[in-house]
Amino acid sequence: MQMIRIGFIALVMLALAVVPVVATAIDEPFYVSLFTRMLVLAIAASSLNLVLGYGGMVSFGHAAYLGLGSYVVGIGFYHAANDGMEWALNGWLHLALAIIIPGLVALLIGAISLRTRGVYFIMITLAFSQMLYYFFIGLERYGGDDGLSLWYLSDFGSVMDMNDDSQLYYLAYGLLVLVLFVLYRLVNSHFGMVVRGAKSNERRLMAVGFPTYRYRLVAFGISGAICGIAGFLMANQSEFVSTSEMHWVHSGDLIVMVVLGGMGTLFGPVLGAVGFLMLEQYLPELMEGVCHIIGGDRCGIAGEYWKMVFGPLLILIVLFARGGIDGLLQGKVGRNV
Amino acid sequence: MSDALTIEGLVKQFGGLTATDHLFLSVTKGEVHAVIGPNGAGKTTLIGQLTGEITPDAGTIRFAGRDVTGLAVHRRSMLGLARSFQITNVLADFTARANVALAVQAHQGHSFRFWRKAATDPRLIGPAEEHLATVGLADRADVTASSLSHGEQRQLELAMALATRPAMLLLDEPMAGMGPEDSARMVEILKRLKGDLTILLVEHDMDAVFALADRITVLVYGRAIATGAPEQIRNDPDVRAAYLGEETGDA
Amino acid sequence: MNWILLIEQTLNGLQLGLLLFLLAAGLTLVFGIMDLVNLAHGSLYMVGAYFAATFTAWTGSFVLAVVLTLPATLLVGAVVEVVCLRTLYDRDHLDQVLATFGLILFFNELVRLVWGPAGLSVPLPEFLSSSLELAPGLIYPSYRLAIIIASLLAAFFLYWLVARTRIGMLIRAGASNREMVGALGVNIRFLFTIVFGLGAALAGLAGLMAAPISTVEIGMGENVLILAFVVIVIGGIGSIRGAFVSALLIGLIDTVGRAFLPDVIGGFFDDEFADAAAPALASMSIYLLMAVILAFRPEGLFSARNG
Repeated sequence: MQMIRIGFIALVMLALAVVPVVATAIDEPFYVSLFTRMLVLAIAASSLNLVLGYGGMVSFGHAAYLGLGSYVVGIGFYHAANDGMEWALNGWLHLALAIIIPGLVALLIGAISLRTRGVYFIMITLAFSQMLYYFFIGLERYGGDDGLSLWYLSDFGSVMDMNDDSQLYYLAYGLLVLVLFVLYRLVNSHFGMVVRGAKSNERRLMAVGFPTYRYRLVAFGISGAICGIAGFLMANQSEFVSTSEMHWVHSGDLIVMVVLGGMGTLFGPVLGAVGFLMLEQYLPELMEGVCHIIGGDRCGIAGEYWKMVFGPLLILIVLFARGGIDGLLQGKVGRNV
Repeated sequence: MSDALTIEGLVKQFGGLTATDHLFLSVTKGEVHAVIGPNGAGKTTLIGQLTGEITPDAGTIRFAGRDVTGLAVHRRSMLGLARSFQITNVLADFTARANVALAVQAHQGHSFRFWRKAATDPRLIGPAEEHLATVGLADRADVTASSLSHGEQRQLELAMALATRPAMLLLDEPMAGMGPEDSARMVEILKRLKGDLTILLVEHDMDAVFALADRITVLVYGRAIATGAPEQIRNDPDVRAAYLGEETGDA
Repeated sequence: MNWILLIEQTLNGLQLGLLLFLLAAGLTLVFGIMDLVNLAHGSLYMVGAYFAATFTAWTGSFVLAVVLTLPATLLVGAVVEVVCLRTLYDRDHLDQVLATFGLILFFNELVRLVWGPAGLSVPLPEFLSSSLELAPGLIYPSYRLAIIIASLLAAFFLYWLVARTRIGMLIRAGASNREMVGALGVNIRFLFTIVFGLGAALAGLAGLMAAPISTVEIGMGENVLILAFVVIVIGGIGSIRGAFVSALLIGLIDTVGRAFLPDVIGGFFDDEFADAAAPALASMSIYLLMAVILAFRPEGLFSARNG
C-alpha cells in the first residue's frame, strides 16, 4: 500500500512539473492557467494544513491571508501606476511583504482567537476574516467591491517575467516545493512535535510543562505567512485583485481541500487542491453527461447546478472518507481516521 | 522545612456543593503519602487544585518553598510537580517513545527549534528510553500508544510523569482499571521509586495503598478526617465508620 | 447634532439588534446544548424570507403569509435535523463545519433552482405601510415599529419558555451541563429536536420579518449569520440573556456607528482620509468590539457554562 501511495504522489508531482510543456505542445494554454491555480491553492491549503491538519485548529479565516497577500501586489501596483512610485512594483518586495504582512496579521488574530476553544475559535476566526473583508471593501481607492485590474505585475527585472504564463507556473511550482520542504522540516522538529501534541491532547502537554499557547500562536503566524505567498501568486496569475477572494466561502473551500486531500499529511493539501479544482472544473460537464445518458432533457441546465451535488458530496466525504484521498491511498476508510 | 507540599485551609465550592472543605494536609519529603476516601470525597477536585487546573476559592498550596496556589499548570510542572491522570491521557497517535520524548523535551529549554528532527534527537531519545525501561515498557517503545494494553498505557502515564524529572509525583489512581497482575507490577515499580521521589498517591486499591504508603490521609466530604501511619488508619474508628465499613477483613 | 437622526438610527439599531437576537437565540442554544456548529442556520433565515415572499405573492396577504411561513420553516428545519444533523451530534466540530458548509451550498443552489437567481421583493403589508409620528418631527415607519414589537414579544415568549416552564428548565440545564442532563435520564433526542425546532422557527420569523425591508436573495443568510456568530461570541455561548444584550449592542453600534462615525472621524481628520477610511472603519467596528471583549473575557460576557 505504501508503494502505491508514494507512486501516486510522485506521479502527481511529476505530472504537475510538465504541465506547461504539455499544454504548449497541444496548444491549450488554458491548462497552464488552471494548473497554476491548483498550485496556488495547494500552497494555501498547505498553510492551513499546518494549523488544521497538524495542529487541530479549525481556522475558518484563511481566505483573509490569501487576500492580504494579493492586495500587497494590488496596492503596490496602484501606487506605482498612480503615484509614480516605481519601486512599489518590485517583485521581491511584493513577495517579502506578502509573507510578512499576512504573518503579522495572523499573529494578531491568533493572539486573541487562540485564547478560545472549539466552537468559539471557529467563529472568531470567521468573524475576523469578515472584518478584513469589509475593511477592504471600504477601501474604495483600491477597488473595493469591484476589484482592481493589474496592468503591471510584480516586477522581477531580468530574472523572470510574471507576464509569461510558463514562468509564473514554474515560480509557483518552485514555491510549492519549497513550502512543502519547509513544512516537512517544521512538523518533524521540536516545534512541530509540540504543535502536533497539542492537537492530540493539549491538556497532557500542559501537564508536562509546555506553555502550549505560544507554540500554537507561532504556528498560526507561520501559517498566515505561507498563505500570503499563495495570495501573491494569485494576484499575478489572475492579474486582478478583489475582495471576493477574501469571502468566507473561500475559507471553507480551503478547509475542504485540506480534508479532501488528507489532513495532517504532507502532500494531502496538494491532492486536495488538485481534486477540488478538478471537481469544480469538470463536475458541471460530468453532470451534463450523466443527464444525457439517463435521457433527460434541458441538460444544459444540469451542469449549472453542480453545487447541489457538490454540497451533499462534501457531507458524504465527511461521513465516510475522513482520511481523504491520502487516507484512501493508505487503505484507510471510514470515520475514525 | 522537610515538607515537600503543604496544603492550608483549602476551599473549593461548586454552586451549592463544597468539594474541598478547609483541607489541611502536608506531605513530607521522600514519603509516599496516600489519600483515600469514599466516592464524592473530593479527591479529583483536590488533584485539580494541586495541578492548577482548578482554582481554589480560598486557602494556600505551598510547594518547593513557594506559594503555588494560583500558578499555571505548566509552571508547576517546571517547578518539579508531575502528575499522572486517572483516565489515561496519553497522546494516542504517538508511539510510546514519542510520548515520553515529548515530556523530556518540555524540560530541556524552549522548543522553538524548527529544523532538526525531534524523533532522532539523542538528547530526547536517550532519556525517553531510560524512563520507558524504568516502567517496564522498553520493548514496547515503537508501539502506537492507542495500541497499548490498558495496563501498558497506565505505565506510559507514569513514564511521562517521570520524564519531567519531578521532585514530587501526584498519582491519580494509577491502578485504575488494572487487573491483579498489572497492579502488582505497578506496585513494584512504585516501590522502586520510593525515597528518590515524594509521592502523593490517590488510590482506591487498598492492597496497593497499604503496600506503598508511609502515611495515609482519609478524605471525607472534602475534609481530612484522619492522617497517620497505615496501621493507625486501619484501626481508627472514624475511618472505619466512614469508609472501611462494617467488614474489616483481616486486621 | 441632529437629534432626530440619532433617535431614528437608534430605533433602527434596536430593530436590527432584535432581528439578530431572534437569529442568535436559536443558534446559541444549539451551540450550547448540542455543541453543534451549524453554519446552515442562516439558510433557515433565507428560507423563511423566500417562503414569506412566495406566500405573500400567492395569497396577497402578508398576515396569511406569516401564518403559513412559520410552520413551513419549522418543517424544513425538522427535516434537516432528522436527515442530516442527527448524525453530526457525536462528531467533532470539523466534521460539523464541513457538513453544514455543504448544506449551505446545497440550500443556496436549491433556492436558485426553485426561485431563480434574481432576488425577490416583498411589498410592505398595507396596514403597516405608513409612517407614524412618534414625536414632533420624528417620523418612523410603522413596519419597523411592528418588527420591534413583534421581536420583543417573541423575546418575552422565549424568556417565559426558558425561565418558567419545565422544558425551559431542561434547556437551561442542558446549556449548563449537557452530560449531566443526559445522565439524569432525560430524553436527549427529544430535547435536541425541540431546541433545534425552536431555533428554526425563530430564524424563519426573523427572515420573514426582514423580507419586506431587505433584499431577498441567495446568500442573504450568510451575511446575517456571521453577525449572529459575533453576537453569540460576545454574549457567551448558551446564554440567551447574553445573546439579547449583545444583539442589541451590536445592532446599535453597527447602525449608529455607520451613520455617525464618518462625521466623527471627519471632525478629527481631513476630508480625504475620512472619506476613505470612515466606511471601512464603520463596518469593522463590531468586529473590533468583539476583539476587545474577547481580549478580556474569552468566554463572552454571560457564559452559561459551568466549570
